[in-house]
Amino acid sequence: MDEIDQMTERVAEERREGNTRIPSGCAICGYFSRSGRALPATDAVDAMSYMHDRSNGLGGGFAGYGIYPDFPDHYAFHVFYDNDRAREETEAFLKVRFDISNMERIPTRKVYGIKGAPLIWRYFGKLQPEIMAHTELDEEEYVCRSVIHINTKIKGAYVFSSGKNMGVFKGVGYPEDVGEYYCLGDYKGYCWTAHGRYPTNTPGWWGGAHPFNILDYTVVHNGEISSYDANRRFMEMYGYKCTLLTDTEVITYIIDYLHRKRKLTLPDVAKVIAPPFWEQIERMEPKEREKLTTLRNMYASLLITGPFSIILGYSGGMMALNDRLKLRSMVAAEKDDVTYVASEECAIRSICPEPTRTWSPAGGEPVIVELDKENGR
Amino acid sequence: MIDYIQPDYEVVRNKELCIKCKVCVRQCANKVHMYDEKRDVLYVDNSKCVNCHRCVTLCPAKALKIVKTDHCFKPSANYTEDIIKDIYRQADTGGVLLSSMGTPKSYPVYWDKILLNASQVTNPSIDPLREPMEIRTYLGKKPEEIRYLPDGSIEAEKYSNLELKVPIMFSAMSYGSISKNAHLALAKAAETLGTFYNTGEGGLHEDLYKYGPNTIVQVASGRFGVHPAYLGAGAAIEIKIGQGAKPGIGGHLPGSKIGPEVSRTRMIPMGTDAISPAPHHDIYSIEDLRQLVYSLKEATDYKKPVIVKIAAVHNVAAIASGIARSGADIIAIDGFRGGTGAAPTRIRDNVGIPIELALAAVDTRLREEGIRNSVGIVVGGSVRTSGDVVKAIALGADAVYIATPALLAIGCHLCRSCHAGRCNWGIATQVPELVQRLNPEVAARRLVNLVSAWAHEIKEIMGGMGINSIEALRGNRLMLRGVGMTQKELDILGIKHAGE
Amino acid sequence: MKRVYVKEEWCLGCRLCEYWCVYSGSGEKNFPFAFDGGATPPAGMQVEEVGPIHFAVDCRHCDDPLCLKGCISGALYRDGYGAVRVDKTKCVGCHTCIAMCPYGCIVDGGDNKPIKKCQLCAGRDYTPQCVLHCPNEAIVFEEE
Repeated sequence: MDEIDQMTERVAEERREGNTRIPSGCAICGYFSRSGRALPATDAVDAMSYMHDRSNGLGGGFAGYGIYPDFPDHYAFHVFYDNDRAREETEAFLKVRFDISNMERIPTRKVYGIKGAPLIWRYFGKLQPEIMAHTELDEEEYVCRSVIHINTKIKGAYVFSSGKNMGVFKGVGYPEDVGEYYCLGDYKGYCWTAHGRYPTNTPGWWGGAHPFNILDYTVVHNGEISSYDANRRFMEMYGYKCTLLTDTEVITYIIDYLHRKRKLTLPDVAKVIAPPFWEQIERMEPKEREKLTTLRNMYASLLITGPFSIILGYSGGMMALNDRLKLRSMVAAEKDDVTYVASEECAIRSICPEPTRTWSPAGGEPVIVELDKENGR
Repeated sequence: MIDYIQPDYEVVRNKELCIKCKVCVRQCANKVHMYDEKRDVLYVDNSKCVNCHRCVTLCPAKALKIVKTDHCFKPSANYTEDIIKDIYRQADTGGVLLSSMGTPKSYPVYWDKILLNASQVTNPSIDPLREPMEIRTYLGKKPEEIRYLPDGSIEAEKYSNLELKVPIMFSAMSYGSISKNAHLALAKAAETLGTFYNTGEGGLHEDLYKYGPNTIVQVASGRFGVHPAYLGAGAAIEIKIGQGAKPGIGGHLPGSKIGPEVSRTRMIPMGTDAISPAPHHDIYSIEDLRQLVYSLKEATDYKKPVIVKIAAVHNVAAIASGIARSGADIIAIDGFRGGTGAAPTRIRDNVGIPIELALAAVDTRLREEGIRNSVGIVVGGSVRTSGDVVKAIALGADAVYIATPALLAIGCHLCRSCHAGRCNWGIATQVPELVQRLNPEVAARRLVNLVSAWAHEIKEIMGGMGINSIEALRGNRLMLRGVGMTQKELDILGIKHAGE
Repeated sequence: MKRVYVKEEWCLGCRLCEYWCVYSGSGEKNFPFAFDGGATPPAGMQVEEVGPIHFAVDCRHCDDPLCLKGCISGALYRDGYGAVRVDKTKCVGCHTCIAMCPYGCIVDGGDNKPIKKCQLCAGRDYTPQCVLHCPNEAIVFEEE
């Protein structure tokens, strides 16, 4: 970076995620092939372009699953660096812990409308065996904490993708420009999610764009949740650090906590995040009533209020969910083996003109699709 | 002996309006109003007036008012009138000064320095008249983990919780300090509202056992009225370690208030002063508390949550952490502005810390230690409005205890003379003719009105924030902003300044 | 028919009901005006008091009123609402009704003057003022 870049960098610093809370409106979309077919990323780019007005050029991004068939068992770390010093420090940190098979700059091309890009690198690595021999943590937890360490302790470095056989590509700009910038035409995967951002502030930081990722979980989110601080303060009891102060970050951590750590099924995760009203629960069958009462009571602080529509991507599956009052638009559709979800139906129809079924999922009712058993991970 | 103390108040009678119906004479238990038959005039003894407004309120001609006397001492910002009079009083009697209700001193009220948020544009506010708005609260320990059974149902550790339809409970006021009719009103209102009232340390009158499902029975250092049936009667048991208005000392009920029924309920002789020990003599340390918690749980088959109530004192966060680890299900914290039926004035006015800071410190500490989910937090000690309730919950409380607002609702005019035992409103008295003045049906209705009104307001405020479930408000400190506070105060409260 | 009932348990003996009764009968708009001429209770409502026991009593508006049967001038009548009322222009002050009433609820209005009794605040839309102003809701207006 030259001096001029650094000057703008300093201005942006105060408005970075983490220094201030930035609510956003957004466009989201996602599609998933149950048979595991490799779908092009370009569909996601096209679909997002139809919802151009839902973004304002201050953030766009994509997440693809099954995109690194050559390294299916390696953690694929995508990292933003402000400078080479941060890169060297991070690489030193990673090399101690991971057996890095491949490292490279992520291929990009110059695009009008994409400015202020950091250095963008990716690493494919496996945990060093001796690390697992000495740690009390399970592997995923260790990787998770390593990522949190880099993001909070190494200045100028930010890991924005850390799962296996999946990757996040995001930046500041309109989503279709971001897609072109990352040469997404070269990637194919069984699942893609995408995000276009409309923040009510002017963040200039690439790390703040979405999807938000931890391990193989990615979340794209549209909304501004009113329960943010109640959720954040609960999650911080369990070792999570909400450094970005964004809704998406805390939603991702909640899902990670409930699904990965507490082993709740995804439908039950949805019932914790967007539970039925007590009045509805009281009318249920005794067994269901008891279950929902227990879940709502024990994870009361993980209930999310305020408008949101989210698409969660994970290895082998995708879940879309609306807030309990359905205060944000979200449409789903199906054709053959592919399930589509988007903020607006036009986005779906732009890439799948004649779906066999379209519907508007009710508030709190998750749409969950997973790979068919024979195509399992 | 010369009386150095001149009356605080003057009764002003508008002779043009007065019809000499003498309701003032009949209703003043302090004998302020008198009637001279020979001269056909009403006259007053101002020195006995406590400014309780009974005469003013009942006067059908609206001919009365009470004014603060303008008789004055030479003004001093240091030796104020209150201080001078207290010194005279002590020189007269050689005794400890007694007071009632919360401290009137002008300590900061942090509720009034905290402002609430509302949604604009980026997310919608929610209309409680058109959308469901949930304020149901479960109080108590929560399980950490669930296990799935083969049939898809779940299994989790079961802890007894209190289910509150509104996050507001009536805090401890003993039978003895307040009348049976006042207790009955609280019990009836709690039942109607789907919440709880608290017996205080005076036991439970036999007529009130039927309200057990809405009763929290208290075990205090004096153990008055504690027996197996009493413990079994309530929905929860509260161990009272301290009270906000008088941290470090026990309750004090003068013998004059201990008539036959209070005596039977408390299981103490009639006419004896009921003075609770300052500490529980079986709790000299935190591990002793654990033993009492589990003794009470054993005694009630682990079916009832145990609450430990403490006064907000300097080290409250660490104490609360200890309590959370003692097996208690709920911690109740009572701030130093809280009320009392009788407390030494100097203790009431000088000991303890504000509930807002105590609550913030406790909630933060329990979260830092990762144990916030293993206890419920209830706060009291000057929660005055629904706005205070919302702020308390956003700071981290599960629910609040109210007492002074409840008494105000049933007629209390905050004359702060409870310790005298001649409450003209039939609340803080055991004199049968005075107790009769409080019709529990009327009082219960007024309590239900008050809490229902607050519940509506809470829903309205939550809706404005775009929150439709109280659990999303709990600990949601981003919904709060401070005005006119130091950085240190903001840090302790864990909130930002307005404009940030 | 709704009638005025007194719950002795909650009667404080404050006697406000007596004064509101006088006010109601006076037809005045302002409470103190009703007492200009030094008019004082008893009126239709009276508080009986012996020692600590006190409770208000007033006309039962009986189903089969003896007062009405005894009235020699036709001054007492039952109105459309069901209240037993007195027509002051017809009452001759003979006091037969006072003697007939088993409850002692009819009051001497003075020599040769009309008697006084509860009119159920007919002039105030049958909103009994004693009920409205009882500080402890010891007086109620309801169907039995």
